[in-house]
Formats: sequence, C-alpha cells, structure tokens
Amino acid sequence: MSTSVTGIPQGTRAQLGVKTLRTDRWWLQPLVTFLALLAFVIYATWRAFENEYYFSEPLISPLYSPCLSTSCPEGATLFGWTPFGDWYLGGLAISPALFILIFPLGFRMTCYYYRKAYYRAFWQSPPACAVAEPHRKYTGETRFPLIIQNSHRYFFYMGLIFNVILTYDAIIAFRNAQGEWGHVSIGTLILVANATFLWLYSLSCHSCRNTFGGRLKHFSQHPVRYWMWSKISILNHSHMRYAWISLIIVAGTDFYVREVAAGAIPNLYLF
Amino acid sequence: MSYMAKFRLWRGDNGSGELTDYDVEVNEGEVVLDVLHRIQATQANDLAIRWNCKAGKCGSCSAEVNGRPRLMCLTRMNTFEEDEVVTVTPLRTFPVIRDLVTDVSFNYEKAREVPAFSPPEGLEPGDYRMQQVDVQRSQEFRKCIECFLCQNTCHAIRDHEENEKAFAGPRVLMRVAELDMHPLDTKDRREIAQDELGLGYCNITKCCTEVCPEHIQITDNALIPMKERVVDKKYDPITWLGSKIRTRSSSK
Amino acid sequence: MPTPERFSYDVVVIGAGGAGLRAAIAVREAGKSVAVLSKSLFGKAHTVMAEGGIAASMANVNPNDGWKVHFCDTMRGGKFLNHYRMAELHAQEAPQRVWELESWGALFDRTKDGKISQRNFGGHEYPRLAHVGDRTGLEMIRTLQQRVVALQQQDKAEFGDYEARIKVFAECSASDIFMSGDGDSRTVSGVLAYWRPSGQFITFDTSAVVIATGGIGKSFKVTSNSWEYTGDGHALAMLAGGSLVNMEFVQFHPTGMVWPPSVKGILVTESVRGDGGVLTNSEGRRFMFDYIPEVFKDKYATTEEEADRWYTDPDNNKRPPELLPRDEVARAINAEVKAGRGSPHGGVFLDVSKRLPADVIKAKLPSMWHQFKELADVDITLEPMEVGPTCHYVMGGVEVDPDTEAVAGVNGVFCAGEAAGGLHGSNRLGGNSLSDLLVFGKRAGDAAADFVEGRTPGAAPEAEIDAAVERWLAPFDVPAGENPYTIQHDLQQVMNDLVGIIRTESEMEEALRQIDALKERARHIKVEGGREYNPGWHMAIDLQKQLIVSECIARSALTRQESRGGHTRDDFPGMDPEWRKVNLICRLDGDSVKVTRQALPLMHEELASLFDTGELSKYMTREELTALGREVAQA
Ligand SMILES: Cc1cc2nc3c(=O)[nH]c(=O)nc-3n(C[C@H](O)[C@H](O)[C@H](O)COP(=O)(O)OP(=O)(O)OC[C@H]3O[C@@H](n4cnc5c(N)ncnc54)[C@H](O)[C@@H]3O)c2cc1C
Ligand code: SF4
Ligand code: SF4
Ligand code: FES
Ligand code: FES
Repeated sequence: MSTSVTGIPQGTRAQLGVKTLRTDRWWLQPLVTFLALLAFVIYATWRAFENEYYFSEPLISPLYSPCLSTSCPEGATLFGWTPFGDWYLGGLAISPALFILIFPLGFRMTCYYYRKAYYRAFWQSPPACAVAEPHRKYTGETRFPLIIQNSHRYFFYMGLIFNVILTYDAIIAFRNAQGEWGHVSIGTLILVANATFLWLYSLSCHSCRNTFGGRLKHFSQHPVRYWMWSKISILNHSHMRYAWISLIIVAGTDFYVREVAAGAIPNLYLF
Repeated sequence: MSYMAKFRLWRGDNGSGELTDYDVEVNEGEVVLDVLHRIQATQANDLAIRWNCKAGKCGSCSAEVNGRPRLMCLTRMNTFEEDEVVTVTPLRTFPVIRDLVTDVSFNYEKAREVPAFSPPEGLEPGDYRMQQVDVQRSQEFRKCIECFLCQNTCHAIRDHEENEKAFAGPRVLMRVAELDMHPLDTKDRREIAQDELGLGYCNITKCCTEVCPEHIQITDNALIPMKERVVDKKYDPITWLGSKIRTRSSSK
Repeated sequence: MPTPERFSYDVVVIGAGGAGLRAAIAVREAGKSVAVLSKSLFGKAHTVMAEGGIAASMANVNPNDGWKVHFCDTMRGGKFLNHYRMAELHAQEAPQRVWELESWGALFDRTKDGKISQRNFGGHEYPRLAHVGDRTGLEMIRTLQQRVVALQQQDKAEFGDYEARIKVFAECSASDIFMSGDGDSRTVSGVLAYWRPSGQFITFDTSAVVIATGGIGKSFKVTSNSWEYTGDGHALAMLAGGSLVNMEFVQFHPTGMVWPPSVKGILVTESVRGDGGVLTNSEGRRFMFDYIPEVFKDKYATTEEEADRWYTDPDNNKRPPELLPRDEVARAINAEVKAGRGSPHGGVFLDVSKRLPADVIKAKLPSMWHQFKELADVDITLEPMEVGPTCHYVMGGVEVDPDTEAVAGVNGVFCAGEAAGGLHGSNRLGGNSLSDLLVFGKRAGDAAADFVEGRTPGAAPEAEIDAAVERWLAPFDVPAGENPYTIQHDLQQVMNDLVGIIRTESEMEEALRQIDALKERARHIKVEGGREYNPGWHMAIDLQKQLIVSECIARSALTRQESRGGHTRDDFPGMDPEWRKVNLICRLDGDSVKVTRQALPLMHEELASLFDTGELSKYMTREELTALGREVAQA
C-alpha cells in the first residue's frame, strides 16, 4: 500500500530567530543555583586544602571525617585507624580531607538532582525550559564521561557508610571536652542536624527508591518493600530540598567547627 | 468587564512566517483559546488552530504562549496584565503546517517503536487479576493526553534536531516505563529503552515535568526509575548477577 | 484540477473514536485491509473526553448484576423506545468487550480481589461502570489506539510495513460517499476525503464503509461537544440513501459548567453525583426529591436520610433521586432555574465539598478538581459547583440492522457508535455509550469484513469525484459572501432557543423557517485564504451536513406529539403509549428532509418476561400487552 504524498505539506520548524520568547525572569533560578553551588565549591576546596582547624574535642568537621591519616589528631581518627599514613606533595602534607571527599563529592556529582542543577546552571543544557542552549552538539548521558553517572547507586552505598560515621561523630559529640558523656553543646546540635539531614538526603535518593522497592513489578507480593518504597517516595518528593539543606548544613557545620577549633568562638554548652 | 488586548500571533507556513498583531476583545473568565477563536471568527477566518475539547482533556491545543509551552484552553487570560502583549507561537520542535498548527507525526512514529503490551500466554480476557497498588504507578502515566508539550520542550530534540533519530522523547520513554511497571506485562524493554529509544539522551533536567498539563511526574516517576532499571540490567554487575541467578533457579 | 490521489482498501472506517477504532481492529483481525479516517489527530476523538465509565454487567462489585438487569435498566432509561434487540446484544456482550480491553493493556481501577472496579451511575441498578478515576474515555481510546499500533507492529514483522493492513488517516475528513450500480445491487464504491493540513483531496476505492463519526452537538450553543460534532456521518448516510431514526431525542446532560461564559457547557461528570454529590437550589434545598416521576417512585429514596444511607448500604436502601436518568434531572434543574431558585450564574449548585473529605474528592474525581481549578478558579473540595443542562448526546441516529449494523437500505455502509440510532431509545444511560461503541463497533467491523469477502474493492466514479471536488472548492472562488462562522453561530442559537430542552410547536416551526433561511445563506459562503489548514473552509464543508441534521432534529421533534426522554414538549407534556410504538424516520428528498412513521418492533416474550405487567403497562398499549400474553385489567 502506498503512503500518501499529499497529506501533510513537508515543512520546517517555525523560525523565530530568538533564543526564547519567554518574558518572565527565567534566568533567575539558574543564576541563583550557579552562585550557590559555586560558593560551596570554593569554600569546600579552600577548607579541604587548609588542613587545619577541623577538630576540637569532641567535634569533628564533616569535611574531614573519617580522618584516616597519621597526622590526624588522636580524637579525630576512627578508633585510631589511619590506613593512609601521611602523604606529602612537594614537602606539604596532603590534607586528610582529600582522601575521603571524593566519595561525598561523587555521591553529589552523580545525584539525579544535582545533575539537573549543574546541567542547567553551569552547562546551560538547557538554561531553562524553552530557552535554547548554546551548544552545537548534545549527546546527553549516552557516552563517556557522562555515562559514568549510571554508577550513582554505588556512591549511594558509600554515602550510607559516611552517614553511619557522621552519625557516630554526632553521638560522640554528646560529651564535653573532657570526654564525659551526657553533655550537649551548640556543636552537638549542629552535628546532629548535619547527620539527620544527610540521612534524609540519602534516603530520599532515587537509587535508594529503586533498590528498596522501585524495581519490583508486584508491590502487592512484597508488602514490606512496598511500605519502604512508599515512605521513600514521600521523602523523594523533597529530595531537592534535602540536597540543599544538607549541603548548607555541611558547610555550616564545618565552619562552626573551624571557628571553634581556631578559638574564634567558644563551643557553648547547654548542659 | 471586557477590555481590548494586544495579541501577537505567528502566521505563516513551511517555516516562513512572521508575528502579526491583532487587537481583540477579551471578556471575563476567558482563556487564550477563546480569544483566538474570536480573532478567527471576526478578523482572520483562515487562522489555523488545532483544538477539540476546550477542557484540557484531549491535548490538541498545544502552543507556546509568551514563550512557554502550554495548552491554550487552560491558559487563563487573567494571568496576564491587561496591557501585556500576548505572543502565541507554534510548538517549536515540530515542523509548521500553518500558523499555530504543527506536524506532530514524529511522536506517533516514535510511539510505534515501543513494543506493545504483551500479557502472559494463555491468560484469557476476564481472568486478569491485578491489585490497585500494582497498577497505580502505570495509571499515573496513562493520564497522559498526548499533548506533546513535553516532547516539544525537551531540549535534547528541541535544540538538536539531529537527535530526532536517536531519541524518542519523554512521552515515549514514559510509555516504556508504564509497560515495564505493568503487573502483567512479560516483556523486558530495558535494553530497547537505552539502545534504541535513547533514554541516555535525557539529562533529567525536568522540563518535561515542568510543562506537563496533567502534572505527571515524568522525570521522577518514569524516566529516573527507568534509568535505574536500565542500570539494573546493563551497568550494575551485582543486580545483573542477581537476575542471572534468579532466572537460573526459577527455571529449574 | 489535479485528480485526487487514490487509495484502495477493503474497508474504510470514517471516524477514529471508540466505535471506529474497534471496528477497524475487527476488520484487520479478520485479515482485511482497513483505512481509518479522522477529522482530528489520532487519539483525540470525542471518546477521549468521556469521564464516568463503561457500563458492563461484570458483577464484580455486586454479584446480583447480570446482562438481564442491564438490559432492563437500558430499556427503562430509554422509556422502552429502544430497539430491544440492540439493547439485548449490548447488555450481553459488553462484559466481554471490556475484558478484551484489559488484555490489550487497559488499566482500570481495581476491586480488593483484583478485578475491575465498578461504580454507580444514574439509572443503573447496581454499580456497573468500569472506570479509571474520571478519565475512562481516555483509557479506552488510548487502549484502542495502542491496540492498532500493536497490530501494525505485527504487520511490520510480517510484511515489513507498519501500514500494510491498517492505516490511520489523521486530520483527513470524509466529505462524500459514492455509490455505484442500480437497484438492489447499488453498492458503495468509494469515499472522497480531504487532508486538513494540505487541503488536498484523496479518494478511497472500497466496497464497504463503516460510519463512526459520533454526534451532532455542535449545532447547539451550549454543548459539551467539540467542533467535530457536526453530524457528518448522519448526513453522509442520508446522502447515500440511508435514513435516520428518532432524531428528536437529544440528551441534555443535567450538569454542564455554567460559568465562566467561555466554558459554559463543558461537562461535569455524573460520577460527582454517583460518588455522593448533591444538587441544591438557592434556598439550599435538595430539590430532586420534588421531581421523582411516577414511573420511578418505587425505585428512588424519598427522604434524605434514606438517600444518604444508600451510599454505604445500597442493598437495603433506595438510591438518591440525584441519580435519576439524565432527562429527569435536566428538566428538574431547568424548572428550578425558571422558578427563580437558581444559582448566581443561572444554574443550580452541585456540592461534594460538604459530603466527602478533600483527599477523597481529589482521588475519585481528579480531573473534575483540575477542570474547575483551571477553568473556573473554583476549588470543588471547598465550594459547590454551579451547573446547568448542556447538549451532550444524540440518541437518534442512522437506522441500522441491530445485528450487523448495516445501514438500512444501503449496501456496504455500516454504522456504529453515537452516529447510529436505536440502542438508547429516548434517553441514554450514562456509561452505555462507551459500551455501545465497543459492542457495535466490533459487530460493524465484523460485518463489513464479511461483506467484502470475495468482492473486489469498488472504484469511485471519476465524474462524481470531480463534481464533488469542484463543489467543495467553489466557496474559494466567489468574490464575496457569507462568513461560515457567523452562519454556524446563528444555527447554534436557533437550535438552542427553539429546539432545546423544552419544545413547542410554534417555536419549532419558526426554527424550520430559520433553518431554511440558513440553508440559503450557506449557499453563498465565502472562504478566505488558501487550502492549507484552513478551519474556515472546513467549517463551510461541515455546515452543509450540520444543516441537514439540524433540520432532521427539528422536523422529527415537531412530528412527535408527546414527551419522552430527551424530547420534552410543552404542548404535549405526557408520555403516550401510542407514540411509543412509532419510530420517526428521516430521509432526504432532494434538498429537504421528509419524516415518516415506522413501527418499532415489539420485544419477544422471553425478554418481556423480565418486566412485570405493572411496569410494562406504564409504557405499552393494551394490544401490545395482550400480544405479549399479559392479562390486563379492564381500565
Ligand atoms: C464530555 C463527555 C463525557 C462523556 N462521558 C461518557 C461516559 O462517562 N460514559 C459513556 O458511556 N459515554 C460518555 N460520553 C459519550 C461518549 O463519549 C460518546 O458518545 C462516544 O465517545 C462517541 O464515540 P464515537 O466512537 O461514536 O465517536 P467519537 O469518539 O466522537 O469519534 C468520532 C470520530 O469521527 C471522526 N469524524 C467525524 N466526522 C468525520 C468526517 N467527516 N471525516 C472523517 N472523520 C470524521 C472524528 O474525527 C472522530 O475521530 C461522554 C461524552 C462527552 C462529550
Ligand atoms: S528530563 Fe529528560 S526527557 Fe525530560 S525534558 Fe529533560 S532531558 Fe528531556
Ligand atoms: S506526558 Fe504530559 S506533557 Fe507529555 S504528552 Fe503526556 S500529557 Fe503532554
Ligand atoms: S542522591 Fe540525589 S538521586 Fe541519589
Ligand atoms: S482543546 Fe483539548 S486540550 Fe485544549
């Protein structure tokens, strides 16, 4: 049977000649995202290289935990475990943060939400919906290097280990500087908040959702996993929010610990 | 409570055309489609618009209003200032037939590439049993009214016509997810999704979700879960191994 | 003038709604080739808008249901004017047709034990409507659309071409059906159509056509129907020599939106009432209790308490009068508004907000919530809706054979769906249309495939093609003339004001005079612009059909001197058993419409035994009752 030649006139797209006809402030959101992420990256980089002021009994900065180098102060290490020894580059000790940050960094870099955020804000692909992107070619996440984004779930697993460690850090913060239990300081509260939001961020992760139930075909045959999936789905709805809150809290926690460790402010005890 | 509004409509065909100005009366409670109908009935009898239900149910009246992909029948005039110029242009991603009407056959062709629902062999009509919790995920996707706004807005094809071969677009990939989550479907479409329909082109930037008039969580509930399922099958050695062991033991 | 491009198919289906697609699937499954024509895009036909559900007595929710109960409800709803055989087939086959959808991928809402859930609807004794929230039509048309695609994929595997045996011609409107031969052997030979995008004509050589073009509602001003509903199939059937039956029966759905003006007429699904919504007037009174007609007195609750108990305990209570058949509710609303007890914008109130919690409303009626929010800025979980009657459906339609849907007196033309008449009698029950499409769509497709068995496709006659093309293109060439939009607008006003819910002789005579004048004006239409996607031109073509069909409605309405179902005469307010025996048949006689009377076949005893004598005697004459072997007491 022949196909029609007269049906739809062969046309091209409407040529409007402009990047977008949007009249609202579409550029605002990517701009804010850009500035906020950039600020974090600059701060975190500086702090990761600073290699100082990250520990003040009983508080440890989340950027340096677990501290796995020999140079780490005693209370900062995880049960005295220092598998990395000390590394030097051109006479300078390599900051212990650099050994571990790759994991949280990888977790967030491959996070479905952050991907959206930086693809839009940094790579402008696209800057906003119905606004043309500047690139001539686009292959998305089909090839190297971006195909690596598919490893996100492994970073998620690692993230869980970090969450356990940072939770442990928060628990041991229920001590005073002399190591006695049962005390709560502003630092304790901050570390607890930090751990809480990291959990919320991780548990609301899309890979988490898939792992605990999303990949099932029949929820009705797996009531427990369905229950978990439902709860994770509720959290997942706010994944973006948790991503931002936890990011800001991590930076804030680090800053607080730094100021305390540097002696700029005291770590006030509530009791 | 009527007033005269300024409308600017794209008029033309086959890619050549221009924005044309109209002054037109607008009454209380009207939507953009009403105003275009008034222009059509009084000033431009041959103005091409596509519409059917006028109630956001059929997905015919997709266009771009002040640059934003929308259903014209659901775009209320009271969302604009009275002195604001309202610019209406055709969907940018599809070839123009005339004025505000585009050739959306791309979407139908792509839909044909998704292997159809395949129920278990020997299951007779009338004997289907499914639980509500098992159908509700796919039901969300079946709310789709095929307005193709998501297809139009997805930058992977909107800004890159050359990807039209490799990438089927969010609506079509959502259909894959729908079937993959259908409790009685027996086919595995994960490889097709990635290798033939181009799921990897999606960089989850969520514009499809942003424009969907049915408020379907396309990215969060269809595309990302589908990406995860593809990882299960293609990229994750552990789940891959797990599925091998499981099929081996269940085939015994 | 270039000759139109030509195609050849075993069967041409005009219409890609539920009926058309189901017919096309049947033809293709019988191994024949089929073209499906549609004025709009694939998957956008009116069927997509249906909300409430598909009626089928699967007895998933109430085990007492069965085809016989469904049959009785349908006959009652139609006030016994239905063609009994169609009602019988419809009730018997609907469950199978719904289950079949499921095997093609449809996902209906479920019961606890995993079956298809069924909901209550006006006029149905038991919960009977298979549904998906309030977007059932969408589910249905998408499933059929995807079934067509599945068949195309099979053909691709077998023949290397998706469209080897089934092809959808979207935005391609049929304008003429050609007949060839003489006398009894006069048979379909082709169809002429035009592509809306390009404005080019194409012809189909074929020997069987299935008309599935839907309804006529666009001839009324306040309507839930879209621009497509211009009665094309009705007119095409008449022009081919067929007839229409009982066109006076037009259903005004009781609940359309009334405000804002631009959405006036858009439907508010009956499930709002099925799920607990109540109708109140400006005094806050649930007025439907005042309007329960005699024939339904023992089937509906008479107190609010009993009505409310019914939602949770339907076996021991009678249903609320809000769920009376549509004609009753529409008339009641009309009367309340006339009596000055209407809402601010000329309707009445429909309220679920005080009856159900907000999250339940959003789960059960998601698209209604959406629709009021987006179109009227009303949150139905907080405030009542304002509703009033809107033209919704035509019960009358093309006269067909009940078993094969063959159009009476025309070889090779079949008709199904809203375009066909007979099944619904004088009033259609909600949910009975979608099942109608499936049951009779399939039957029409099967019969068309049978009909072409052993025939070579006809050949559309050249001379007639050229003449038709010339006629349709003429409005481009006149230097000046009428604006098609204005004519359509005027027609809608005439039908609305003079042939609306309540009718009288003098008004309808006036309507016929005005329709004559409009016909004259329509001969002088001027179309602006070119042929590519020109809605003004499309309207000019549609108008010719609309005018024929509108005349049929007005003439039949004038002829039938009684009130029944979707036909209410102010001057003849009662139902008359003598008129129940009569079908009004419209045929074309040259340029105008002739109405004749024809006997409605009497149902056979086995079916009649499903009703008790008391009920039958409300509708039937003594002679009929005697013919059915019933003892009737002397009046
Ligand atoms: C808002 C709304 C809600 C409804 N809800 C329900 C419900 O809950 N339950 C129920 O049972 N019923 C319901 N109905 C009624 C039901 O939806 C319709 O009666 C039914 O869908 C008609 O189906 P159809 O297949 O006959 O025609 P349609 O679905 O209308 O299809 C007609 C087709 O014919 C095509 N066509 C027309 N003329 C031509 C031509 N000249 N050339 C080519 N193609 C042509 C059109 O393009 C279209 O594809 C509802 C109706 C409306 C409007
Ligand atoms: S989320 Fe993916 S599919 Fe959706 S618009 Fe963005 S890139 Fe396209
Ligand atoms: S998914 Fe949403 S935006 Fe995309 S076609 Fe369907 S309804 Fe339209
Ligand atoms: S952490 Fe964001 S999706 Fe996994
Ligand atoms: S006209 Fe149907 S969605 Fe707008």
